[in-house]
Amino acid sequence: MLRQIHRWPGLLAAALILTLALSGAALSLFPALERLSSPAAVSGQTVGDLAAKVLAAHPGVEQIRRSPSGRITAYWFEGDVAGAAVVDPATGQDVASADQGAMQRWLTDFHRSLLLGDAGRYGSAVGAVAMLVLALSGALLVARRQGGWQRWFAPIKGPLAGRWHAELARVAVVGLGLSAVTALWMTASTFDLLPSDEANPALPQTVSGEVGLSPAAMTALQQTPMADLRDLTFPYAGDATDVFTLTTGAGTGYIDQGTGEMLAWQSPGPWTTVGEWIYLLHTGDGAALWGLLLGLAALTVPVLSVTGGLIWWRNRQSRPRLHGMAAASMAETVILVGSEGGTTWGFAAALARAMQGHGQGVHLAALSSFAPQTYAHAKQIVVMTATWGNGDAPTSARGALERIAKAAPLTGVPLVVLGFGDRNFPAFCAYAEAVETAARTAGWALPMALDRIDRQSPQAFARWSRAFGDLIGLPLDITHQPEAPQSTALRLLSRKDYGDSVQAPTSILRFALPQTPLWQRLTGRGIGRFSAGDLLGIVPEGSTVARLYSLASAQSDGFVEIVVRKHPGGLCSGQLLALRPGDTVQAFLRPNPGFQPDTSKAPLILIGAGTGIGPLVGFLRANRGHRPMHLWFGARHPQADYLYAEDLATWQADKRLTSLRTAFSRMGRRHYVQDVLREDAEAIRRLMAQGARIMVCGGREMAKGVRDAMTDILHPLGLSPASLRAGGRYAEDVY
Amino acid sequence: MKSLIAALALSTALIAPGLALARPVTLTVNMAQYGGPGAYLAVYVTDASGAYVGSLWMAGGKSKYYKHLTDWAQMTGGDVAQVDGITGASVGAGQQLQLSMDLADALFDAGYTLHIDAAAEEMRDSPNEIAVPLTAAGAGQAVRGRRYIADFTYGF
Repeated sequence: MLRQIHRWPGLLAAALILTLALSGAALSLFPALERLSSPAAVSGQTVGDLAAKVLAAHPGVEQIRRSPSGRITAYWFEGDVAGAAVVDPATGQDVASADQGAMQRWLTDFHRSLLLGDAGRYGSAVGAVAMLVLALSGALLVARRQGGWQRWFAPIKGPLAGRWHAELARVAVVGLGLSAVTALWMTASTFDLLPSDEANPALPQTVSGEVGLSPAAMTALQQTPMADLRDLTFPYAGDATDVFTLTTGAGTGYIDQGTGEMLAWQSPGPWTTVGEWIYLLHTGDGAALWGLLLGLAALTVPVLSVTGGLIWWRNRQSRPRLHGMAAASMAETVILVGSEGGTTWGFAAALARAMQGHGQGVHLAALSSFAPQTYAHAKQIVVMTATWGNGDAPTSARGALERIAKAAPLTGVPLVVLGFGDRNFPAFCAYAEAVETAARTAGWALPMALDRIDRQSPQAFARWSRAFGDLIGLPLDITHQPEAPQSTALRLLSRKDYGDSVQAPTSILRFALPQTPLWQRLTGRGIGRFSAGDLLGIVPEGSTVARLYSLASAQSDGFVEIVVRKHPGGLCSGQLLALRPGDTVQAFLRPNPGFQPDTSKAPLILIGAGTGIGPLVGFLRANRGHRPMHLWFGARHPQADYLYAEDLATWQADKRLTSLRTAFSRMGRRHYVQDVLREDAEAIRRLMAQGARIMVCGGREMAKGVRDAMTDILHPLGLSPASLRAGGRYAEDVY
Repeated sequence: MKSLIAALALSTALIAPGLALARPVTLTVNMAQYGGPGAYLAVYVTDASGAYVGSLWMAGGKSKYYKHLTDWAQMTGGDVAQVDGITGASVGAGQQLQLSMDLADALFDAGYTLHIDAAAEEMRDSPNEIAVPLTAAGAGQAVRGRRYIADFTYGF
């Protein structure tokens, strides 16, 4: 819902908002220019002194105004000719023209009314409302994405367009929101929708009738500091009954031209005072630096528009079209999808096509549209859903739980739930579980236990499809490879080989960083920005199924590095280990935010075995801040597959690596890494007491061994891998 | 061309009963090329003692700017009701504003003065831009303004 609220004003009012933002940004320069070009104020000067000086220079002076920026403008008549100029308060002499530049006048008119008069003012107000809705919904989205307001400035992860969008927005949102609110206030004021309580004291009944006193001798003017002045209007020449009208920030009053006494005074009401602040906040008039900051915030709008549009377009593109789709009321199989980035749609479409292949009428829809009363011919309902953040509904499933709870279940129609997620996250498939629970509570028949697909595994999906086929009596066996992002050719720079002597050929492969133009990176092509721990997908020749390898380098290292072990008969690893420098492979990036070190200074316990050292090496190489990092590494033999041995020694010397413990399974005591962990239990407990975070990378067996060892080691502290994982302190990258 | 019945805002004593003692008057304001946005104009009448009698026209629709028509705002206390129903658009530089109205005969040759206050955004306030005695003899004679108005004429 929040996303809809954010999306539609953004898409529909983009041109209007852009127009207002750009003209606003240009206008923000004027208060600063005025500030710079105005003559300096004279400290301690009074209004009386200023008025006397201006009067001496222009005997026909009628009015002196001081703008919020401090610029003094005088208006006079000489003979019949009207004159006006910016004056120097020190001398009362003219220094510049009083006329506002045509450019500024045009821009102001364009910004507030699009040059269309009152109709245009309403148009601008619509733009401001859209801006306000975008700012508020956007702020809520950032807070939700970041996991709470207190994490507002935490690093942002994800694809480029989305990251830029959120990075800029979280800084600019205050300025943009304030600009919108103040604009609406000013529009309301212009159309008399707000109470008016300006100071307008009654004219005095009697005056002294004397004339000719110098302003410099008038008590009321001498007691008013120049900095408070807004406007001083002189009496009509030769009219002894007229008075000086003085307006300051505190109010308006009349001054006797013969005695210099204040005859009447009135202060403005609260609406006027608030209105003046609103004006200052919107225009920066009188607060030039603030104005420039607002202008900068407005300049983010073009980038936000483009990145926002790209995010929307890519989400739209990622939803597949299903040819020959049956209407909801006609379909025998209804497939409902909860998807964030669109990958789950791909699996759903694969299932739908397979069912169509067996002559079934299939309806494919977003889970948020769940409406069983319309599924008149349904024989089965399949819910395929990912999870967003900490167990929340993904975009296309918003509100589904409530709909499931409310709608009456269809008797005799089985409902099957399949979850998609990443086992590295604490809330793995939590939303799918919530859907299943809601469906069971609502009374649906759930003949199949909830299955969970880890990291888009085609194998796991094929397995599930066979089980589902058995359930409904169709021979299903669906191979669906999530459409890989367009792959990029990576050229091998160098390779370092290990492990031949222990029958485990392993290589560190270093590829050149591909040069990708910005536009392609924004539209999601090419290799995006990556960190160690992200995944590199490689599509081997002769296969459509990609293999994922943990990255051992970050973008800033200037190369792409992975560690590959040759599996007997392995297609992809075989091709990779056959590469010579200069050869290329097709690869794409898949972000893996669940396996990244946090940004704290707490110690890191890194545990890896074999090729699992890859991402850990990347973290160490980047550890130029000398965060305490302790590595436990398991291999077979120090002379055979001690990966990165020289690098680890170097990093230990330059303090990037705090301590190193190794375990070799084909030598000496034939230790595994978990055995060394148990030996070091005391040290590990000390680190944990300092708030250490644990990151484990390696094979499934090794990870389980480490988990068991850690369970025992942490028990005296009242901790466990499970409790640490829930608190984000125990991360695994397992293959 | 605007046609008004007897400037309703004028005090009742000056409105001729049944219009028998009224005459149609045309006010013509020619704006100068003052190089700014549309000007606000307040057209009003004072009596022989200089006291405010009533308003004839307000060119400019947004009351928050009326304070810049300083004399009018002081005399009326900024009372928007004074120009209720006799308000029009602001008048741009070089344009002409023509008003037709029936004014009571008693207004002429009796010491009454017609005033126009003028102001434009980010420009000077010009109270008393025009101040012309209402006399039968003065009809058809152009009066020069100070800053915004090139000339002003009233005629029968």
